[in-house]
Amino acid sequence: MDKPKFVYVSYIEATPEKIWNALSDPEMTRRYWFDHENVSDWKVGSKWQHILKGETDKIHVVGKVLESDPPRKLVVSWARPVDEADEAKHSRVTYLLEALDKSVRLTVTHEEFGDDQEMLKSVSFGWPAVISGLKTLLETGRALPAKM
Amino acid sequence: MRYVVTDTDRVFKALADPSRRLLLDLLHAENGQTLGELCAHLDMTRQAVTKHLVLLEDANLVVTVWRGRAKLHYLNPMPITEIFDRWVGKYERRQVRALADLKKALEEN
Repeated sequence: MDKPKFVYVSYIEATPEKIWNALSDPEMTRRYWFDHENVSDWKVGSKWQHILKGETDKIHVVGKVLESDPPRKLVVSWARPVDEADEAKHSRVTYLLEALDKSVRLTVTHEEFGDDQEMLKSVSFGWPAVISGLKTLLETGRALPAKM
Repeated sequence: MRYVVTDTDRVFKALADPSRRLLLDLLHAENGQTLGELCAHLDMTRQAVTKHLVLLEDANLVVTVWRGRAKLHYLNPMPITEIFDRWVGKYERRQVRALADLKKALEEN
């Protein structure tokens, strides 16, 4: 088996339900995921889309829900819209939420890129900022530290 | 007031040691290495490397994943990203990144 390329772990002071909601609700994702909405009914086998909202919406990532166990585990495939039919070009993202005493350990794993170096490069740049933004939003109610 | 060791303290303490920074460099170059693979690059005993890895894990700078019988070590950039976000504002990021890229490009020549 291919080993994961990236593993991100963040401790977030919130309930698993709140974090699950922040990952799956389009209005919530938009607040920390750089104006992107994650849209799906999050049932196994359903499609999900990652859409940049603007004057015209742009679908940036598509995939399928592979595993869904709210509020503990969500596994989705991840592909460019042009590669939607070609599953060999899909990578895989796992969100694992483990409840601790006062916080949740959120683990995001992205793997099975095949030889898609370009996708690998673009997601490795994006994930830390997205997860940090999620943590800040849930802990402070603000998308990112406010700055005048 | 009693002083409580925070997660941030653990991050800075872990980063304060050159051997531990070297371990992070090795994982940055090649993520997901076993203890054996990391030791092969280092002039340190296995026990010393293990000790450093434990401190890095306590600080959440390194996370491990089991693949079969292999324990793989990953550089977790989240604590450093959270420190960055604490002091660098949302609208400064682009400029900060551009300056860092410029410095890197100039120094590589």
